[in-house]
Amino acid sequence: MNIEEFENRNVGTQNYVPVEIPEYPTKNLSIFKQVVLRAIKGELFKGLMITLKELIRFDIHTVQYPMEKLPIGPRYRAVHKLLRLWESGYERCIGCGLCEKICISDCIRMDTKIDEKSRKEVTEYSINLGRCIFCGYCAEVCPELAIVHGPRYETAGEQRAHFVLKDDMLTPMDVLVANGQEEYPGFGALIPGTDSDVVKTPLAY
Amino acid sequence: METSIIIETLIKMVVVVLIFSALAGFGTYFERRLLGFFHRRLGPNMVGPFGLLQIIADGIKLFTKEDIIPANAVKGIFVFATLVIPVAAFVAFTAIPLYPQFTVFGYTVHPIIIDVNVGLLFVMGVMAVGMYTPLLAGMSSGNKWSLIGAARGVIQLLSFEVITGLSILAPLMMVGSLSLIDINQYQVDSGMWLIVQQPVAFILFTIAGFAEVNRTPFDLTENESEIIAGYHTEYSGMKYGLMAIGEYASMFIVAFLVSIIFLGGYGDASAIVNGEQNGAWGGVFLLLKVAFFFFFFIWTRATWPHIRPDQLMWLCWKVLMPLAVLNIVITGFVMMLNQ
Repeated sequence: MNIEEFENRNVGTQNYVPVEIPEYPTKNLSIFKQVVLRAIKGELFKGLMITLKELIRFDIHTVQYPMEKLPIGPRYRAVHKLLRLWESGYERCIGCGLCEKICISDCIRMDTKIDEKSRKEVTEYSINLGRCIFCGYCAEVCPELAIVHGPRYETAGEQRAHFVLKDDMLTPMDVLVANGQEEYPGFGALIPGTDSDVVKTPLAY
Repeated sequence: METSIIIETLIKMVVVVLIFSALAGFGTYFERRLLGFFHRRLGPNMVGPFGLLQIIADGIKLFTKEDIIPANAVKGIFVFATLVIPVAAFVAFTAIPLYPQFTVFGYTVHPIIIDVNVGLLFVMGVMAVGMYTPLLAGMSSGNKWSLIGAARGVIQLLSFEVITGLSILAPLMMVGSLSLIDINQYQVDSGMWLIVQQPVAFILFTIAGFAEVNRTPFDLTENESEIIAGYHTEYSGMKYGLMAIGEYASMFIVAFLVSIIFLGGYGDASAIVNGEQNGAWGGVFLLLKVAFFFFFFIWTRATWPHIRPDQLMWLCWKVLMPLAVLNIVITGFVMMLNQ
């Protein structure tokens, strides 16, 4: 498509075909004629045949949910996950607090301390799912791709806190060792081939 | 009266009530299942084999639900209204031959509770009593939607009572009896189904039947998109269940009436073919015809949209009633010429 087609504002002069709707009869005789005509044409039975055909074809489109699940998009924003570094197994989270800052519903709470190796360590990280609106800002702002939205949308539980305490969100070590951590392709992640797109900022005007 | 007749009648009554209240449950199952298939869905399929035990699950749900009577409802009438339609429907079954007569251990059973000589009139009159359910339920609920549903229901049922009566008049003129067994016998004697001689009456009676049991093209009384659930908006638990049983039983009555009056009923009960009594096969065919009409009720529900109340009234008084009268007049002339 060219830009010209979008710039044309004269809608209706293009290839639109107006639907032909015959004028509704006003006189009693013409109303009667229409009814008789429709009755004889058997439109009602055409409809019946269509549904009967569907019954016989038995082409069922039901997804039997607990047994079958539809795939969800990679950018789906369900319950959050905290990821680990592949090489060392450390937590990716550096405790910068950007997610806490940007969260528009104020539902992220984190505590940090400086540990004995004088690294910043995240001691506490929790999300109040009662407030979270799943906007995805935390995942987008995270410089380390540490907090992401996972694909886990089945969130029935006894406590909503059971999904979003730090231990629940963090990838367990044994999963990481077994290559079970799924790299997040969605919100906030780098687009494939980003490296080649990086160019020097043109400073010279 | 002999004691044996009383016992036999009592047994028949119990059997009819048991069979048709069970069939109402199966009716909801088949309706949901078939509607699903028509819409490319599965319908209830989880509880038991093919979802058949869904009926029991529904029953448990209905029985254990909290029974709410709204504060503004007129309590006595509100409760009484639930009883009218199932009672009317089950009483109507008394004069319908549900199966040809058969012999068990040398004892001939007539599967009709009483063969009254005004059978059809009795059935239609008792069915018309069922109209009090929407009327009383709607007026006593203290709910505007119920009231609108009641008003719609009553105009619809009253109007279509006229069509039912007039459309059935022409076949009755030919048969000369109101007993459904006589009507069945007339079709055996004349060698053809009444639908051949009275196609217009058949169509009119079927349309009126749809209106009388509030099925889809005419389901104005419980039109979800407009008036929530019509007259049973405020009903819950087993009160609603009773109304549903009554409605499904009415559907079976209409199906039986159409099958017996126009589609030859069970045919010749006493005919003997190849040394076997033919009656049993006639009974199976009657039940198949009834099953087809039940299927047809669901089929139309899956297909057709419903119409507006004013369109319904227009259809009733300006199209169907003149046609019915015309049919009677023409039938009368033809009968006069044939004499």
